[in-house]
Amino acid sequence: MCLLLKGGLVVDLDRNSIKKADVLLEDGKIAAIQPGLKAPGAQTIPVEGCYICPGFIDMHCHLREPGEEMKETILTGTRAAARGGFTAVVAMGNTRPPADSRAVIEFVKRQAETAPVPVYPVGCATKERKGLELAEIGDLVEAGIVALSDDGNPVMNSEVLRRVMEYSSMFDLLIISHCEDTHLSAGGVMHEGYISTLLGLRGIPRAAEEIHVARDIILAEMTGARLHIAHVSSAGSVPLIREAKQRGVRVTAEVTPHHLCLTDEAVITFDTNTKVNPPLRTPEDVEALCDGLQDGTIDVIATDHAPHAPEEKDVEYNFAPFGISGLETAVPLMWDRLVAKGILTPVQLVQKMAGNPAKILGLPERAVKVGNAADLTVIDPQLKQTVRVESFVSKGKNSPFNGWELLGWPVLTIVGGRVVMSEGKLTFGERS
Amino acid sequence: MDLKRKDILGLQDLSAEEIELILDTAEPMKEILGRDLKKVPTLRGHSVVTLFYEPSTRTRTSFELAAKYLGADTASIAVATSSVQKGESLRDTAKTIEMMGIDVIIIRHSAAGAPHLLSRYVKARVINAGDGAHEHPTQALLDMFTIREKKGRLSGLKVAILGDIAHSRVARSNIWGLTKMGAEVRVIGPPTLMPPDIHKMGARVFYRWEDGLKDVDVINVLRIQLERQQKGLFPSIREYTRLYGLDEEKLRCAKPDVLVLHPGPVNRGIEISPEVQDGRHAVINEQVKNGVAVRMALLYLLMGRGEEDVLTA
Repeated sequence: MCLLLKGGLVVDLDRNSIKKADVLLEDGKIAAIQPGLKAPGAQTIPVEGCYICPGFIDMHCHLREPGEEMKETILTGTRAAARGGFTAVVAMGNTRPPADSRAVIEFVKRQAETAPVPVYPVGCATKERKGLELAEIGDLVEAGIVALSDDGNPVMNSEVLRRVMEYSSMFDLLIISHCEDTHLSAGGVMHEGYISTLLGLRGIPRAAEEIHVARDIILAEMTGARLHIAHVSSAGSVPLIREAKQRGVRVTAEVTPHHLCLTDEAVITFDTNTKVNPPLRTPEDVEALCDGLQDGTIDVIATDHAPHAPEEKDVEYNFAPFGISGLETAVPLMWDRLVAKGILTPVQLVQKMAGNPAKILGLPERAVKVGNAADLTVIDPQLKQTVRVESFVSKGKNSPFNGWELLGWPVLTIVGGRVVMSEGKLTFGERS
Repeated sequence: MDLKRKDILGLQDLSAEEIELILDTAEPMKEILGRDLKKVPTLRGHSVVTLFYEPSTRTRTSFELAAKYLGADTASIAVATSSVQKGESLRDTAKTIEMMGIDVIIIRHSAAGAPHLLSRYVKARVINAGDGAHEHPTQALLDMFTIREKKGRLSGLKVAILGDIAHSRVARSNIWGLTKMGAEVRVIGPPTLMPPDIHKMGARVFYRWEDGLKDVDVINVLRIQLERQQKGLFPSIREYTRLYGLDEEKLRCAKPDVLVLHPGPVNRGIEISPEVQDGRHAVINEQVKNGVAVRMALLYLLMGRGEEDVLTA
């Protein structure tokens, strides 16, 4: 099967450039890139004015299966990924049971065989994510995990985290760290500051995150482990990561679209869709996160897609679970808020959502190059649409962005040469 | 002027004019309370339900009597706090109440924002009778009514709120209300019971009573919840009483004619000494009576206007 993308703007991460060209896809690979390509027999898709990007990878999402299928399943979550422009997702292991055994990893991989986009599972660092004993890390590696994480929980005990890092260094395995001092955050439901005072809601101070960022960096430096800081939210975390990188610590970091687009002011309405961990912080934090993205301190934009069932969120703020359904809004949010506003160039954004995640996870290179796998995300920078949670294919409708008009949407998601999403519609139920 | 709003969720979004209207209307209501025959027919045919997710005697009784004196039918629903997460959702409870033809729902809840959530579910009017550490608008209104009655004004007064500011909805509603009415508000308490950036709400922050109580016209003493000590927010009840318990020595720091308020119930001898509680400055019992009058005024302004005029009845 041949596909010809006609008239697009090809994003070249190596040369940090964009060139107008046609792209021919053949047998799941990129067969040719040049202007004015002719390919008799190929299905032609006109993409004038659209960016042809290497396929986006969401390196942080919660697919909820096994155990919480009322929130999401691997199928619905990967369909949401395809609709949102992602060609692969990394599934966190805080499922029920948690992904602390080969059996669960194998189950996830088997469920993903019929998914529209590939799923890369993360294994738990400790048994049952309790932070007490090492999980069978070697067995998890053999089962095919791409990283270790107790995400949703931190590893509170520094000795345990040290041993996780040391032990996993024999596999040079990535450790994704959820940075939260749970004593400092206990009972908190939002950022601690003026707004939490105003609302009488219990706050989570920045220090709860920053202390663990500092600690994890120190332990990574000591053990030589590869550390990735998940969902950075706090201004003070950014210089800690920046300085660690300058010292040569093997640390990378990610930020979510919601921490870049919203602040704690969004909580004023008591809308439980704004309840997320780490919490939405302040304009100063957003500014520091943007600085970190611009200077390369923050390598990745990832969704932390955390779908919940409607009845779980339709409760008092204190009782609602944390999390935002993010797969179907991440790309337009980032285009509208970062690229259209000149905070990141299109190439930088693609680096953060495709190039860097692949590099950090040790996956095949993401680049629009002849011979590479035909995993592509095509973005129409002129398309203006309104977010409608009713139209989400994710089971999680818990988005604080409902009703936002955004510029720049994914219009094609191509996985292994097959179109899985076209103009917002899923075009492929199964991946062979 | 009218109260042109469906709900009373907090004092943050009430204007000074609206607050003044409520306080003015509470005056004739208090007069009704002094009559032998207290019942007026103003809200006859209306129904009011109190939905309390937290234990309370005075606030609930106060609301129920206020509604009854105005002729409304009342019902009360008490929900055990412990079963909230397992039991029926607020949404379902709200719909159930609505179907019974209720006009006003008065809600108290341990979770901040619960009245706001409720108001989105129902067409009935919602009055917040205290939500978490967020707001307790009728308490602040009755506090202001009491102060105004005794001092003749609110504007220009120095009002100190003493105690656990962080967990207090009474403090927050009082700060909003009093600052809108032109009073100077001070909050006094240990740093561990002071929420961040509270000065941005318009209150001056003091950690020591020697500074905070100086020359104040009013002291509003907050109840200290004894379990805060177990959470490590202060070392002992004994030390709390020494540093923040209002006794006669501390009272001498204030103006000679200082008023002492307490929203109740009082931990006698802990946040306030028996001498002060029972002394000539305290208006704690008067507050209770004013609470009924203020709640009558609110119910009347929300539902009763345009029908039979209670003021001439």
